[in-house]
Amino acid sequence: MRAFGARPAGTVSRVEFVGAVKDAAIAAVLAFGLFLPLIGLRTTQDIRNELTLETRWPLLFTLIGIVAAGSLVNSLVIAPWRARREAKPRVEHPAAARFRTAFSRWFAPFAIGFVIAYPMLALWLSGMQGAVKWVDNFGIQILIYVMLGFGLNIVVGLAGLLDLGYVAFYAVGAYSYALIAKEFGLSFFTLLPLAGMLAALWGLMLGFPVLRLRGDYLAIVTLAFGEIIRLVIINWVPVTNGYAGISGIPRPTFFGIPFNASDEGFAAVFGLPFSPIYRGIFLYYIILALALLTAYVTTRLRRLPIGRAWEALREDEIACRSLGINTTNTKLTAFAIGAMFGGFAGSFFAARQGFISPESFTFLESATIVAIVVLGGMGSQIGVAIAAVAMIGGTEILRELDFLKAVFGSGFDPTQYRMLLFGLAMVLIMIWKPRGLIATREPSIALAKRKAIAGALVKEGRG
Amino acid sequence: MTSAAPALLEVEHLTMRFGGLIAVNDLSFSASHSEITALIGPNGAGKTTVFNCITGFYKPTEGRIGLVHGDPRLWSEIDALTLGGERKLTRADGTLFLLERMPEYLVAHRAKVARTFQNIRLFSGMTVLENLLVAQHNSLMIASGYTVLGVLGLGRYASAERAAIEKARDWLARIGLVERADDPAGALPYGAQRRLEIARAMCTEPTLLCLDEPAAGLNPRETAALNELILSIRDEYKTSVLLIEHDMSVVMEISDHVVVLDYGVKIADGPPEAVRNDQKVIAAYLGVADEEVAAAEAEVGL
Repeated sequence: MRAFGARPAGTVSRVEFVGAVKDAAIAAVLAFGLFLPLIGLRTTQDIRNELTLETRWPLLFTLIGIVAAGSLVNSLVIAPWRARREAKPRVEHPAAARFRTAFSRWFAPFAIGFVIAYPMLALWLSGMQGAVKWVDNFGIQILIYVMLGFGLNIVVGLAGLLDLGYVAFYAVGAYSYALIAKEFGLSFFTLLPLAGMLAALWGLMLGFPVLRLRGDYLAIVTLAFGEIIRLVIINWVPVTNGYAGISGIPRPTFFGIPFNASDEGFAAVFGLPFSPIYRGIFLYYIILALALLTAYVTTRLRRLPIGRAWEALREDEIACRSLGINTTNTKLTAFAIGAMFGGFAGSFFAARQGFISPESFTFLESATIVAIVVLGGMGSQIGVAIAAVAMIGGTEILRELDFLKAVFGSGFDPTQYRMLLFGLAMVLIMIWKPRGLIATREPSIALAKRKAIAGALVKEGRG
Repeated sequence: MTSAAPALLEVEHLTMRFGGLIAVNDLSFSASHSEITALIGPNGAGKTTVFNCITGFYKPTEGRIGLVHGDPRLWSEIDALTLGGERKLTRADGTLFLLERMPEYLVAHRAKVARTFQNIRLFSGMTVLENLLVAQHNSLMIASGYTVLGVLGLGRYASAERAAIEKARDWLARIGLVERADDPAGALPYGAQRRLEIARAMCTEPTLLCLDEPAAGLNPRETAALNELILSIRDEYKTSVLLIEHDMSVVMEISDHVVVLDYGVKIADGPPEAVRNDQKVIAAYLGVADEEVAAAEAEVGL
């Protein structure tokens, strides 16, 4: 349309205006159809316990009006503005370019510095009592998912094998630690590598049958594997105690000093007043160390032949085989190493909670971890870390929306809208950044100068 | 066999059936050491199927594909090896492989048969340099102590990687892509992608290089450069080349030996000049029966 216009790009012609009104009308009709049963009609129980149908026309038409107006604004203001922006040659201001290079150079060190100082900041800002929430609910919770995201990133992001049953390895790690620690009284740090190895073994056991599968089929079988592990845990009552779960799991100790209120406890030994915050901070640093270890090992693996073979496998499996790469072994190592990190995270989870049950290892967990990896940008560690903070931290923050009561009245319960807002945010991010937050691939090696590779060229793997 | 050079590859009675379709029917030919053997034929003649059988991507329905490293006297053992059920026979002076018994990655890794693909298969999201390093996977894997030593930063991985980069740089210089080393392979122009795929295959240090239509989609200048590259591979690296090609300027100019397939059957085998004038070959290419060749030629003005 714009091709034969003497009109400057971005202004609205009559034809476009009519089109915009048409679009708005269609949006209004769709909104009417969608909102009529959801919002326009409502059933209420009256005093005689009879259901009566109530209509809410004002609310319904207000919403439809908002939708239509939004559509009009989009086609008359936002779309022309975007077209103008597209039409302009993109020249980046030198200062902006400098800022961007400095940002990408310093972001990771700054972020690591921040997470190391985080418990101190929490203590300083919210005191002994308030810090427990910030360190435990936020810090540790987020870092567990960062670690799980890093682990799954090896399988999904690097090797391109879509694994929807990752929580199985998390469960294997958790139950390995819980059962062995209770039975044999071994310490957390002895059992951590063992739990990782057991999870890696299960990674191999999953890997073998699914080697020939690709894409959707692989995703379905891994999903089933996750469910099998959960169902075995539920039904193998003599060992796992079924739904009731395992309680009284030994907690990690500070070189043999437990974190409790007794005379031998951490607080008493160091002459401090007892507070649960010490255990929280200790656990925080354990999971931080584990997450950093995962990130470090993954970074190193990417520069080794195995890491390059994983990425090559994601790009083109047939070409890999034509170059003499044993794709069977390559896939199995991806599954096993990814599972090992999941097992580490699982045994940490068991040690932190002190209680585990099959409830913690549902498909929703797998889906969350996959969402973190996809949202972060497949293969990008910083992206995965940011996505974990946004997703886990975001859902926790949404619990704290009491101020919305001031806006919508005291009958409004913000926690009810937590998942709704969360879903909306994910949809928006996927529209804005369809290949995840960090959509570029960093080459593992460079002859002269390392240049990020545009996401459009990087394949996502077909399983 | 027409040439005096000892055979490197011996394809015997190769048959490949897909259900009722016979793609390759009782095909026998051989490729010699340090020679360029061209496999030509009209579309659908079964050339790529032969390639897939040789490189292990297909398991042939019938037939034997032998390959010798080292002493050609090992060929005398091939019947014993076939009956014995082993994949290969290793002696101090060489190794005899039965390729039809090996999976594709071992054909590439052990028997040192590298290949390119008709529709280019580069790792498009990885840089040009990374593509060439992936090709050196197996030697680097050993140098990194199967990853264990490499993760810990021990062993000789660092120096092995430097050597691998040097080798990649040599190949990039040869195909004129040093400046593009850090660009993603998928961003290269088509001709450069073809050259890169050949360089990637050569980085595996093959004894036999199988090229599936390397000149497809190239302009005449690029085709001439490709001819030179293939000749230098034969002369400098002593690598034998097996070539599928439709571009007769490539086939006639560089091949030492031409095998012609039509409907999965070999219709001619010999030096390029002999094949060029073979009535059966001309008939196959023109798509007419043997006796109508003269009429058809007159029609198209040959």
